[in-house]
Amino acid sequence: MSNTLFDKVWDAHVVKKINNGPDVFFIDRHLVHEVTSPVAFLGLKNRSIPVLYPERTFATADHNTPTINQHLPVADPLSANQLEALEKNATEHGIPYWGLGHEKNGIVHVIGPENGITLPGATIVCGDSHTSTHGAFGAIAFGIGTSEVEMVLATQCIMQPKPKSMRININGELSFGVTPKDVALYIISKLTTSGATGYFVEYAGEVFRNMSMEGRMTVCNLSIEMGARGGMIAPDEKTFEYIKGREFTPKGEAWNKAMDYWQTLYSEDNAEFDKELTFDAADIEPMITYGTNPGMGTGISNGIPTAETMEGGVATYRKSLAYMDFNEGDDIKGKPIDFVFLGSCTNGRIEDFRAFASIVKGRKKADNVTAWLVPGSHKVEDAIKEEGILDILHEAGFQLREPGCSACLAMNDDKIPAGKYAVSTSNRNFEGRQGPGARTLLASPLVAAAAAVTGKVTDPRELMEEMVVG
Amino acid sequence: MAYDKFNILKSTAVPLPIENVDTDQIIPARFLKATERKGFGDNLFRDWRYNPDNTPKEHFVLNNPIYSGKILVGGKNFGSGSSREHAAWAVYDYGFRCVVSSFFADIFRNNCLNIGVLPVQISPEFLDKIFKAIEADSKTEFEVNLSEQTITILATGELETFGINEYKKGNLSNGFDDIDYLLNLKEDIQTFAETRPF
Ligand code: SF4
Repeated sequence: MSNTLFDKVWDAHVVKKINNGPDVFFIDRHLVHEVTSPVAFLGLKNRSIPVLYPERTFATADHNTPTINQHLPVADPLSANQLEALEKNATEHGIPYWGLGHEKNGIVHVIGPENGITLPGATIVCGDSHTSTHGAFGAIAFGIGTSEVEMVLATQCIMQPKPKSMRININGELSFGVTPKDVALYIISKLTTSGATGYFVEYAGEVFRNMSMEGRMTVCNLSIEMGARGGMIAPDEKTFEYIKGREFTPKGEAWNKAMDYWQTLYSEDNAEFDKELTFDAADIEPMITYGTNPGMGTGISNGIPTAETMEGGVATYRKSLAYMDFNEGDDIKGKPIDFVFLGSCTNGRIEDFRAFASIVKGRKKADNVTAWLVPGSHKVEDAIKEEGILDILHEAGFQLREPGCSACLAMNDDKIPAGKYAVSTSNRNFEGRQGPGARTLLASPLVAAAAAVTGKVTDPRELMEEMVVG
Repeated sequence: MAYDKFNILKSTAVPLPIENVDTDQIIPARFLKATERKGFGDNLFRDWRYNPDNTPKEHFVLNNPIYSGKILVGGKNFGSGSSREHAAWAVYDYGFRCVVSSFFADIFRNNCLNIGVLPVQISPEFLDKIFKAIEADSKTEFEVNLSEQTITILATGELETFGINEYKKGNLSNGFDDIDYLLNLKEDIQTFAETRPF
């Protein structure tokens, strides 16, 4: 029975079913970046085959790019080489390429939605696991490996077994100071980093209905951190409103036809999921992680759990705390920090900068903090300037960098030094993720802002007036 | 990229009894700058394996000469995190053909299968037995039999079966990859593409 949102979109893309095997799965839109594509293009060359549908692929430079002085040549020769390879490959195959300095340049999962590449009911892949972001629009979107990038370039298809389905319901109203990032970190802390492996998740319930499109992107983005292949939310008026008129969305008659289809994209009342979980919005407070995987998160007013209360390996848990130099039972609040990173495809959009600015406004950056504020794209950067947020940031002692993945994966020069603590709005706190020896605490833009002005882990609610935060 | 056929692998194993080994540990992002698939094995587990001054860390298992083999045995939830196929390349390039764990992250598993590394998922109990067997004798041999879908501790004869998708199994045992298969379906794909609304 094809009656969940996920089934409807999946089944519409199966070119062929293989007995006891994966489906031959059609990809509507493919995003590529410099890091995971060169070997795929090389594969095409070795086989002497062209890109089948270049107009369905879009290329950007983001993972490996500097976030200052982008107008100058890229200094690191290896990075420069990768960027050149992408430009050359894209040009050779007729793929639109938005390189450094291009007005549409930015992090691949930020520019997809911005330019209307991301559509409800579409299948979207990219050689980056946070491709799940695009599920916010009711698309099936997931990360793939380089062999699969080559498959999509060559045939617009990949071979995929259909994942199982899971629905996560959260009803009720989010409390003051609780953002979509907190919702996601809360879910991951409940499920652990492998709790949704093998599943594709649909997020449902009031909390997600009431969430902005950008908030939905944050939540879907983090689906991969609980092991899920992806996450999605049924499209609604907000979705249609967001995509209407963007460059690559259908126009005129094509729009009307698409709308007729999009209106059918929801899970039926009798839809059955392989697994269904329900949480209560009221239980969620601002979250922060204390360990070395995104499942090791807690409400900011709690302490660091003791190993005894953790399921799974005590040794692994202790190794993780040792890396962070934290003790079981410590309060997380009040821990001194050294860096703040606002950015990434998780929280590098305009609403994230608005949230950050709402706290730093009228305050000053703490002297012990180095802050890297990195917009997700040039369009986000432009909005930051146009809305006057840049002035607020400057007055508070912050600088804005240029768009890119930056310290999210620290492939460029934006590396947190060994042993230093960073409150980061990105998505992974693995050992060394933000630089060899770096210690990452994942949190929302509000928590990051509170840390940036106080120099320590601080509950943002203490710095906020009672008001509704978007 | 074509790879060697996988049938029966008899080998000692390298133990890594840590849970949630993520792809940033398997191959840190700063080693992803290549434009060719070469030399990733040198940086497999780079930051666990080497000090910042590039001297080997004595205690890490890959630096311990008593362990060797084509089988890597990891703790639960192996390969979580990034989609970088470089992680699977590093495992392959270092010389492993098989990774054993009680649980794999999805994308990593897929990537392994696509490049000729066999992910063998077994019960936590059997995984424990394997770790104990290696601990007792680092020269313990294992046999991974793809057609029978079994992994055996040769000294004791204890074995467990593992699951694998039939199609992938066929590919692995023949050394085929998916692109060959898909290219043969090109006309079907093109007909399908014409029906897509966007
Ligand atoms: S910001 Fe981080 S997670 Fe997002 S695409 Fe870039 S590297 Fe991947």
